[in-house]
Amino acid sequence: MTVTEARTSPGPDTRRPLRAGPPAKVRLRRAATPWLFLAPALLLFLYFKFIPMAQAVRMSFEEVRPFLGNTYVGGANYTEIAGSSDFGAAVWHTVVLAVATTAGSIVLGLALALLLEGQTRSLWFVRSAIFLPVVTAMAVVAEVWRVMYYPAEGGALNSVLSVFGLGPSEFLNSPDSSLASIAFVGVWRGAPYDMMIFLAGLAGVDRVLYEASAVDGASRFRRIWHVTLPGLRPVFAILLTLAAIRGLRIFTEVFLLTNGGPDGSTEVLLTLTYKLGLERNELGVAAAGTVLLFLVLLVLTVASRLRRREAR
Amino acid sequence: MRNETALGLREARGPWARAARFVLYTVLFVIFAGPLLALMVGAFTPTVDPTQFTLFPDRLSLDNLERAIDRGVLDYLLNSFIVVGFGLALQVLVSVFAGYALARKRFRGSAAVLVIVLATMTLPEEVLAVPLSVLLADLPVVHISLVGSLAGMIVPVAAWGFSILVMTEFMKEIPRELEESAKLDGAGEFRIFWQVVLPLCRPALGVIGIFGFTMIWDQYMLPLLVATDPAQYTLPLALRSMRSDDQVGIGVLLVGAFLAMLPSVLAFLALQRSFIRGLTSGAVKG
Repeated sequence: MTVTEARTSPGPDTRRPLRAGPPAKVRLRRAATPWLFLAPALLLFLYFKFIPMAQAVRMSFEEVRPFLGNTYVGGANYTEIAGSSDFGAAVWHTVVLAVATTAGSIVLGLALALLLEGQTRSLWFVRSAIFLPVVTAMAVVAEVWRVMYYPAEGGALNSVLSVFGLGPSEFLNSPDSSLASIAFVGVWRGAPYDMMIFLAGLAGVDRVLYEASAVDGASRFRRIWHVTLPGLRPVFAILLTLAAIRGLRIFTEVFLLTNGGPDGSTEVLLTLTYKLGLERNELGVAAAGTVLLFLVLLVLTVASRLRRREAR
Repeated sequence: MRNETALGLREARGPWARAARFVLYTVLFVIFAGPLLALMVGAFTPTVDPTQFTLFPDRLSLDNLERAIDRGVLDYLLNSFIVVGFGLALQVLVSVFAGYALARKRFRGSAAVLVIVLATMTLPEEVLAVPLSVLLADLPVVHISLVGSLAGMIVPVAAWGFSILVMTEFMKEIPRELEESAKLDGAGEFRIFWQVVLPLCRPALGVIGIFGFTMIWDQYMLPLLVATDPAQYTLPLALRSMRSDDQVGIGVLLVGAFLAMLPSVLAFLALQRSFIRGLTSGAVKG
């Protein structure tokens, strides 16, 4: 932001004879221009991202007492949240959901992409239809699946199960199946997204290699194993990190499908911090949870950025 | 060209291959689009019970729609449109400005700004819920409360890292000569931005337009923190209270969900090309 900014072009004032003012003033204006264009974004980020984050860090070391003033409590909030069994369970559920949803979406998404690769009109139609869950708001998806999962005979999904002589399942209403039911919704919404990314990756695989493998008499399976999958390696790396980040910030679907129940069997990190902070008003402890989650997200993001740079 | 795809499915011809493909497409269609179609159908049948959720109803009716309108579904829809309208307009403006500075200007600190933009993407509303609820009630320095007003759902979504990055990447591709010649013609900074760079960004504007739209329409945590009265609910937020309507059953919920689904689905179908471009530029190229 200094006035003596290194520029490749020679003196700016020679270019604009009509606006020639004192050179220092012009140079100052030139240096200020990018910051004026950036100001709205930076101000909004400061207000709604960085100040809240700083407040979370501060609150995590305090006992927050509205109107009475906060008191410094050191690491007490951290020991409280890390030591609670709720937190341990929430971490476990978050990890299980993230891993199951990620693995399911990637495997299914790849299968869909391989099956639906191509340029014909019917393929385009099927791909668009499959993609609808991704653009539908999460709140709508959650409500639709609550109806689909109606836990008695005659419920939409239970009717399907009964055709195969199975069910009726309790789905969201039983601690045994609740987490799996949420993960299934995650795969349903995540697989089409992954499919689109894989399709973009498949378009980048060198066609000449397919021809060469055909000339060599390689089977379809060998062609996918030796040509397609290696070509998709950067896509896998990106999808894995994206999905891990998505998994950690899972909130809306759990909040709407089960709100952590039954018996806390689906409580995840963000439903737990939401309850701690906004329902039980233990803001300090909730802030400690926020900070811990943020640190994990930060590590994952940095890792994914480094990976992406390597992939290029 | 032979073997155009990884599986080489285009080679497969003949009635059996065609039938197998038809079955495959149908199964996939039912699994992924089926629940959403059943939702649409359910909104226009006299559905009162989850056991009546079906793709093939006996008759159609507008009863659910009438009840949902009585319950204020159109007011919630209007709230959603206000939030997405103002939020998206601001977001496009902010992203275009920021992208212009990051892509077209060389200045000290630009690398740091990019890192800041990337860092914001690890801080979504869901993660920040607790401190954000404290902050929205009393903004630092200006000491305004955004709680209880739609502005609280609009202003925070105005800056979104994804849109800024897409804009930056795109603006970098525009040849510098255009700018230089405009400068020789005596165009000022703002005219170059407005009349030279921006018109060339139309494809990128389509991308951030549709992604911003779906992102804001999908917002749940922020409205949840801001709304203090059902009168401020956006449609996605209102669904939760519609679900528990004992007198009329789930019909009202289905209408609400249908209306909450429609705009983003229509926008996607209309702007598919932009959407897929954004998906791949945001995820694959980073």
